[in-house]
Amino acid sequence: MAEKIRITTPLTEEKSRKLKAGDSVLISGVIYSARDAAHKVMTEALARGEKLPIDWHDQIVYYLGPTPAKPGDPIGSCGPTTAGRMDAYTPTMLEQGIKGMIGKGSRTPEVIESMKKNGTTYFAAVGGAAAFIAKSVKKYEVIAYPELGPEALAALTVEDFPAIVVIDSEGNNFYEIGQKPYRKL
Amino acid sequence: MRTIQVEQITQEVAQMCKEAAYYLPEDVYEALKKGRETEESPVGRDVLDQIIKNSEIARSEDRPICQDTGMTIVFVEIGQDLHIEGGSLNDAINAGVAKGYTEGFLRKSVVAEPLFDRKNTQNNTPAIIYTEVVPGDKLKIEIEPKGFGSENKSGIKMLVPADGVEGVKKAVMEIILHASCNPCPPMVIGVGIGGTMDKAAYYSKRALLRPLTVRNAHPQYAALEEELLEMVNKTGIGPQLGGTTSALAVNIEWGPTHIAGLPVAVTICCHATRHSKRVL
Repeated sequence: MAEKIRITTPLTEEKSRKLKAGDSVLISGVIYSARDAAHKVMTEALARGEKLPIDWHDQIVYYLGPTPAKPGDPIGSCGPTTAGRMDAYTPTMLEQGIKGMIGKGSRTPEVIESMKKNGTTYFAAVGGAAAFIAKSVKKYEVIAYPELGPEALAALTVEDFPAIVVIDSEGNNFYEIGQKPYRKL
Repeated sequence: MRTIQVEQITQEVAQMCKEAAYYLPEDVYEALKKGRETEESPVGRDVLDQIIKNSEIARSEDRPICQDTGMTIVFVEIGQDLHIEGGSLNDAINAGVAKGYTEGFLRKSVVAEPLFDRKNTQNNTPAIIYTEVVPGDKLKIEIEPKGFGSENKSGIKMLVPADGVEGVKKAVMEIILHASCNPCPPMVIGVGIGGTMDKAAYYSKRALLRPLTVRNAHPQYAALEEELLEMVNKTGIGPQLGGTTSALAVNIEWGPTHIAGLPVAVTICCHATRHSKRVL
């Protein structure tokens, strides 16, 4: 595989737009975990005109609900969840300035259009590699919605978190590019 | 009459929940390694390396293979000459699930009501429990923690007899192509054929308990398993980002059905096809 690209957060639009589908990356810095329930709460808050618990400008969201940490560990197993379940909320969230999303699986055309407009990159982490991925997480801190348990909004400090650009800010889709040469039906 | 105490069942179930979450079955691990050897896509090989490494870390450090430690499906076979003492069997199993998921640092992923409140029960109960009464005085318990990234991509088709074998292949492939990269491939595919709508789904869940190296005892179903696996591995889905290792196995279970029907259920499981078993 080609050389891995190192990314440090915050992820500016300029940095995001340089990434291309198929690029292999290692992410360091702070990323924020949120999944179904947190997305629902956040978009409802926005609809009421309220402020969100964090400023999402130039940030990366990680679609994740980890297992509880064992004593002495920062986090439990923490692989990506299916991004598609967040699609209904995603265009609204990207308008908040999110420049990177980490998850797994396909996205809707509406999400891809919003990514092109906002200069957002969608990264995939390997689904089910949750104990391996945990090695790159150094700190896990709940920021908001603790009542949501594993679905709380949290800040993760990561070092060399492994991911691959699956959909870039021009809408190129590595899920399609990667499958094509091996489709022999 | 032989008796067994509910406390023993609770202890065993708790232990089994942890084992299933941490230790990928040997046959699945070997199938992943075999897939790594034959995978044609370089990206696919990288993904498989990560998945294999992940299962090794999970096993050696007692950590969940995946953060989705699943909804707990429990298959129970009770010998009709066995007496269960000290409380209800279902309560004992659920107490074991709660204990295992809490003590084992597993994620609690069950909500009490599906549509309106969706409030987490905080201990992963209730489990889905299937109980069968069989001859003898033993108690067999099998645990299948089922992740929902793959469960959400499962499906069922109510075919008619005229659809035949070609119809079954088409139905399975439609569900697999729709699932595509989403259910954390390489997949293990459980197929249930026959029965009623619900029974076919049950067969497809049971099929996931069979070792990946063991084919159906009925030669025509065994051949169909092999043909379907070959077809799935030609979709290009691969290990998530494209390639030739889309599935590790197709396991079919079948049963009698109605003269007018041919139900086909497909339970898709991710590469973390987890289970554990005890005979008490």
